[in-house]
Amino acid sequence: MATLSQPHPSVALSPYFVKQLRKFTATSLVVLFTSLIAFVYLLPFGNMMTVALRDQESLAGGPDSPILPMKQMFYDYNDGQRTQRLEVFEVPIDGEVRQLAALTKRRTSVVFIDPNNPDAEPIAWEGNWRALKPAYEFYARWENFPEAWQMINFPLLFRNTFVIAFVGMIGTLLSSISVAYAFARFPIPGKNWLFIVLIGTIILPGQVTLIPTYAFFSSIGWTGTWLPLIVPHFFANAYNVFLLRQFFLTLPRELDEAAMIDGAGPFRILTHIIIPQSWAAIITVGLFHFVWAWNDYFGPLIYLLGQPELQPISVGVQLFNFRYAPRPELVQATSLMAMLLPIFLFILAQRFFMRGVVITGVEK
Amino acid sequence: MTSVPTPLRAERAIARPRREVSIYEQQKRWGWIFLSPWLIGFFIFTFVPIVASLIFSFTDFYLTRPNEIKFVGLNNWIKLFNDPLAINALRVTFGFAILSLPVAIALPVLLASLLNSKYLIGKPFFRLLFYLPYMVPAISGIFIWQAFLNGQTGWLNRLLRLMGVVEPPNWLGHEFWIAPAMVLMGVWGVGNAMLITLATLQGVPQELYDAAKVDGADAVTAFFKVTLPMISPVIFYNLILSVIGLLQFFVVPYVLTRGTGNPNGAAYFFNMHLYRTAFLFQDMGYGATMAWFIFLIAIGLTVILFTTSRRWVYYAGGE
Repeated sequence: MATLSQPHPSVALSPYFVKQLRKFTATSLVVLFTSLIAFVYLLPFGNMMTVALRDQESLAGGPDSPILPMKQMFYDYNDGQRTQRLEVFEVPIDGEVRQLAALTKRRTSVVFIDPNNPDAEPIAWEGNWRALKPAYEFYARWENFPEAWQMINFPLLFRNTFVIAFVGMIGTLLSSISVAYAFARFPIPGKNWLFIVLIGTIILPGQVTLIPTYAFFSSIGWTGTWLPLIVPHFFANAYNVFLLRQFFLTLPRELDEAAMIDGAGPFRILTHIIIPQSWAAIITVGLFHFVWAWNDYFGPLIYLLGQPELQPISVGVQLFNFRYAPRPELVQATSLMAMLLPIFLFILAQRFFMRGVVITGVEK
Repeated sequence: MTSVPTPLRAERAIARPRREVSIYEQQKRWGWIFLSPWLIGFFIFTFVPIVASLIFSFTDFYLTRPNEIKFVGLNNWIKLFNDPLAINALRVTFGFAILSLPVAIALPVLLASLLNSKYLIGKPFFRLLFYLPYMVPAISGIFIWQAFLNGQTGWLNRLLRLMGVVEPPNWLGHEFWIAPAMVLMGVWGVGNAMLITLATLQGVPQELYDAAKVDGADAVTAFFKVTLPMISPVIFYNLILSVIGLLQFFVVPYVLTRGTGNPNGAAYFFNMHLYRTAFLFQDMGYGATMAWFIFLIAIGLTVILFTTSRRWVYYAGGE
């Protein structure tokens, strides 16, 4: 995979050294290039954090506004009788720029106090104070997160999402394990054709079933409830069945047969032989469904229209962010809050996720 | 043991097949029982809706008056081919597909090749990092990118200005740039394809590279003559899934443009038109027509891809 230029050949260098040098150069270039891509990949996260932490009042925003969250500097000046809140400016004096607090502001002259040395003589400066740039300091407003949490009623959204995702997960696990068991172990006539149909549903565009399904749920009064988002998962799904079937096929049949001779029925074999050996695959399917349901937007959008008390995080965050678009710091804070759990689950269980992806993707 | 009477042995020989048949029948029955969740689900949630969609497309079904459905013949289909919004939406969808498919196909191969390189240090870290954005909920991702692509304060344009671009594009506000902007957002969605490609790359036998080297192939030749053919099944798989996904593209343009598809309809995708027709205007008959139209396109494209795949997809197992 070395797409790298060769180092200059030199007569004085030993072959071993040349080899090491070439290896070092190749490693540096590949690591550098990969790091560069990773850096670009992660930039939007940085953008999100700096906006999520910014202070609402301070920045109007513009091409030249500071990148980091900043706040205009003020200085509380006590002249012995009362405390005044003074604006701090970037003042060019004697070829250097100093941060000084303006005590009196006039068009032609300004009197400054040095915040680092307030007892010194005030500094007089000739010029229009409006020409001066206000001074900013780094300020991360962490309160944006509790504020957004309250405004969006995050606990309610969290509960709704959790119930939808968790009950659906139970459903997809029960049904997919059962169907995968059928495909892996039983002599069903036409099994191969049925399996092709099952896999074919993966490339079925969702629209074509959408409208009648919606009309059906509407006619039995299920729109505006969680049921359309949960019940279909009790009828298995191609990816999950495929993943579990591949796993079940790797389990030795001898154990099944031994249990069968001991008088165990197919159901008992499933619960006592197959499932205890398959926890890795089952956890993977459960995680996949949980994260998928957590992130699903279209389903809740159409089935929970106008039911704010039932909506999950995805729709809740979208509606909130449309309403509070002029407050980008809250938009970014809620976006971060919505992705924390899936990211956390993924980092915790990345082995399961990655192996699951590979099984469903490569072996088809 | 040799003294076992012959009749008994004969009896056993006759009884045995009958018992095996009955076990087979029993196993078959259990098989159908365990399969039933999917069979029932496929029937209720896939097969019947597909047929019903087709039937709806010949009616004037409105959800608001479900009892007054009339057959209207081909009216909906004729309307579809004369609907300027639908035609524009189709153009937007296909234009975007052409723009984004090369990225969706090539980027996973590039990232997987880097992760598979023997020169890369810290592979698990980079793999985690490149996959991570795939786990970000679409809604969060869209708002994060909206800020990142903001023409004034977004980091992308700040970076471009730093690099000397005087007037970086107004990504989300200009009809020419909104599609490239969404292609950029798509780079966060290649995690799955990357992992699958990586696993396949790791399975390419080293002997093939050694043989290519002996034959005098340099790294670039080896990549095109060995690596690409060996991973072509996975590229094909990614291609099919990307095409189907693009035909259903909805959430990103819908949320990004607040449901409008603007600027100037440049982000008004076919599925958005379907959503508005069926769910905002409740015109389920016409909506079903659009759904079936997309279904036919999907079938057509899948057939074309599978047919051409014989020429360029290499299956090592023969098959």
